[in-house]
Amino acid sequence: MIDIQNLNVVFGSGADRVHAVKNVSCRIAGGESFGLVGESGSGKSTVLRALCGLATGWDGEVTIDGEALEAGARRSDAFYKTVQMVFQDPYGSLHPRHTVNRILSEPIAIQGLDNPGSRIDEALQQVGLGEGFRFRFPHQLSGGQRQRVAIARALILKPKILLLDEPTSALDVSVQAEVLNLLMRLREELSLTFVLVSHDLAVVSHICDRIAVMRNGEVVEEVTADDLARGQPADRYTRQLLLASKGYDRAAIDQFEDFG
Amino acid sequence: MSDLASSSGSGLKAWLTSENPGSHLQASCSRAYYAWLDFAANRLALLGLIIVGLLIAVAAFAPLLATASPIAPDLTQRLLPPSADYWFGTDELGRDIYSRIVYGTRLTLYVVVLVAVIAAPVGLLVGTSAGYFGGWVDKILMRITDIFLAFPRLILALAFVAALGPGIENAIFAIAITSWPPYARIARAETLTIRRADYIAAIRLQGASSWRVIWGHVVPLCTSSIIVRVTLDMAGIILTAAGLGFLGLGAQPPLPEWGAMISSGRKFLLDQWWLASIPGIAIFIVSLGFNLLGDGLRDVLDPKSGD
Amino acid sequence: MSEPLLSVRDLSVSFDTRKGVVEAVRGVSFDLGREKLGIVGESGSGKSQTGRALLRLTPPPGRVSAKTMTFDGIDLLGAPDRQLRDLRGGRISMVMQDPKYSLNPVMTVGRQIREAYRAHTKVSKSGAKTKSLEMLEAVRIRDPERVYRAYPHEVSGGMGQRIMIAMMLITDPDLLIADEPTSALDVTVQLQVLAILDDLVSQRGMGLIFISHDLNLVASFCDRILVMYGGQVMEELVAAELHNAQHPYTRGLLECLPQVDSRDKDLPVLTRDPGWLL
Ligand SMILES: Nc1ncnc2c1ncn2[C@@H]1O[C@H](COP(=O)(O)OP(=O)(O)OP(=O)(O)O)[C@@H](O)[C@H]1O
Ligand SMILES: Nc1ncnc2c1ncn2[C@@H]1O[C@H](COP(=O)(O)OP(=O)(O)OP(=O)(O)O)[C@@H](O)[C@H]1O
Ligand SMILES: [Mg+2]
Ligand SMILES: [Mg+2]
Repeated sequence: MIDIQNLNVVFGSGADRVHAVKNVSCRIAGGESFGLVGESGSGKSTVLRALCGLATGWDGEVTIDGEALEAGARRSDAFYKTVQMVFQDPYGSLHPRHTVNRILSEPIAIQGLDNPGSRIDEALQQVGLGEGFRFRFPHQLSGGQRQRVAIARALILKPKILLLDEPTSALDVSVQAEVLNLLMRLREELSLTFVLVSHDLAVVSHICDRIAVMRNGEVVEEVTADDLARGQPADRYTRQLLLASKGYDRAAIDQFEDFG
Repeated sequence: MSDLASSSGSGLKAWLTSENPGSHLQASCSRAYYAWLDFAANRLALLGLIIVGLLIAVAAFAPLLATASPIAPDLTQRLLPPSADYWFGTDELGRDIYSRIVYGTRLTLYVVVLVAVIAAPVGLLVGTSAGYFGGWVDKILMRITDIFLAFPRLILALAFVAALGPGIENAIFAIAITSWPPYARIARAETLTIRRADYIAAIRLQGASSWRVIWGHVVPLCTSSIIVRVTLDMAGIILTAAGLGFLGLGAQPPLPEWGAMISSGRKFLLDQWWLASIPGIAIFIVSLGFNLLGDGLRDVLDPKSGD
Repeated sequence: MSEPLLSVRDLSVSFDTRKGVVEAVRGVSFDLGREKLGIVGESGSGKSQTGRALLRLTPPPGRVSAKTMTFDGIDLLGAPDRQLRDLRGGRISMVMQDPKYSLNPVMTVGRQIREAYRAHTKVSKSGAKTKSLEMLEAVRIRDPERVYRAYPHEVSGGMGQRIMIAMMLITDPDLLIADEPTSALDVTVQLQVLAILDDLVSQRGMGLIFISHDLNLVASFCDRILVMYGGQVMEELVAAELHNAQHPYTRGLLECLPQVDSRDKDLPVLTRDPGWLL
């Protein structure tokens, strides 16, 4: 479904040049959930943004659902109906002056689809929001409800692939549980392919089958969630991540290596 | 719409404050209602609204309110002080100043509305496009803006009027041309932060064209600060128009433009103070009204406090 | 323990809104010595408002009241604004929940840190720059020179949080209020940043209030924990005892955490009971 070969992303130039993503390759099958974890600033979000066309200055070969992509070129309408993204910050990803209805009807209007009313009803129902939410503005919604609206917006074009950039890290644990359950259910019902970025190993391994560990722009290891659960990753950095996710331990932290 | 809200019965109030609005109309009305409540809590802003409202009402009903013709001279009644017959006195041609002030509201409103209608959209469009596209589009548009900003407004307006010839339409055009650059600046600055927001990324991901993003998503967020700024600028616009009138480059006699009235009245300032002072007071009150209104709008519309 | 660094009795924060009075914090009391106090609770339980009220940063129309609220002998409620401004960012620092909104988008990161430092210490510009770079390095930013020159939108979310922490620690505060300071960091860096805070507490005797909804982290990092719900403290626990907590709310929060080996199961969601409130 998604095939990435030698993806490189570079920002800036001169002294401010950042090689944010270095030679990343991976292959994700349809219906699979693929996780990206790793250091903060290691380029996880940038990979997603390059995939969906928000970051333009990349090179490499990227094929999504049979369509080879070109950096910088405008994506086809079919592309937007295949790939959609959910952003990290539910407080920043909904237009503050638009009602939920407007937010959801816009993609329908852009793509010229029929029956906007019933599509919106369906999307709201899928994410478990009742009719009463349809004409609310974002400031009338809680963080979890906003994230549901963001998911509904991503689903309304019936994409096959959902890119999720830390969809729950701005939410508290009880709401996170609700959103994770929702995502699991939707994946089942709509047979979606997920690419999930998170820094929470527990969240990633809860949802994903395979996980790529990134550090400093590179993928250092790909593990299956089962291997991770058994606590047997091969790479030292991954082992360190796993140890760190067990909680605070002053002595262990001094043992942490700084992979430069 | 807002006035309707304030005199609401309980049924209407419940409709407006509903947690679960049933239609887009209801949601928008409810938002406007809350904005109105915020606005109405500010006494001075309310005073500003009343002044501006009065200005509009007087302009609309000028023929009913005026007691005499604003332009027909009556040389037997020259330079009379304020009295029961001539509330604000008469001028050097024997025209009733009260009636001239009343009809003058039309000219003031005409200037203000036309300038707003021309300058605000131009500034908005230039600013948002520059901010959104960045790169060379931004460079070119902002250089043009800078050129316009480099000249003091009255001087530039003077130059335009001198080139186009005196007259109220040309004065309006000149003022409009000189007042859009600050709006472009504001709109650009706001667009720079807005364009990086996730909701803009999200709509682009749904295939929206740049035009749609700018028009449907960026512009609505910039309009509130532009509206505030335009309202606050109104005082300046009225003064510039009056200034042009005063210099004889704006409205031409016998139009009852307030600035021109001051100009012709200044010769009589020492003995017949009302000729220049009454239109001066009128300009002052209307400018103050727009300023108070703008301040109040800023508190309500400021996007940072919006949610 | 001798005189506590911070002492709070019956702190309440309420907001007058059109829909009536919202009591965001109701009667919270605690003492803080030179130790790590965790505040946990679901979203909206009043954690941030508690932290903000300590520095009188409650946004309008909020009202704060308390029987006592003293920091090192200074009455925080009655102190004149001038004194409070000196305390803020000087002896008491607060890392706000949203780093993106706390950083000025049109000023470079370096300049913001530098100015924060110079507002409270008399140093030259270059001295402030050296110190700022050291702080960025201390919070494990890989490329401090570049980040120093960058604008806030050019750094990743996690970097933004570390920049905020660097900015708040640069003045050597006696009390740090950290509102979800590490929620956007990956686990390793998170622990390393926490280790810096930990050392400041154990070596310099700084007091730390650590606000978070990550119960596992708080349990392993802090000394004591306040569990908040609906603006009230549900229970106060010794951190190591968190996993033996009896209160159904605390248990509920613990159970909805996913585990590395919890795949393909639905997570239990929290059920709330207004009866918990006094
Ligand atoms: N627009 C940009 N201009 C310059 N540099 C950028 C830009 N966007 C990202 N970067 C840099 O690219 C690198 C990767 O950033 P990215 O946001 O992908 O990290 P991330 O893995 O998502 O981190 P986090 O977990 O903190 O969100 C960082 O070093 C960042 O500073
Ligand atoms: N300006 C305000 N007006 C009215 N109510 C407010 C205002 N600010 C906060 N509140 C209310 O105060 C309560 C506590 O908010 P607070 O920000 O302290 O929550 P929190 O525990 O920090 O949550 P989170 O984990 O989401 O940060 C919430 O119910 C919120 O609705
Ligand atoms: Mg990221
Ligand atoms: Mg908070």
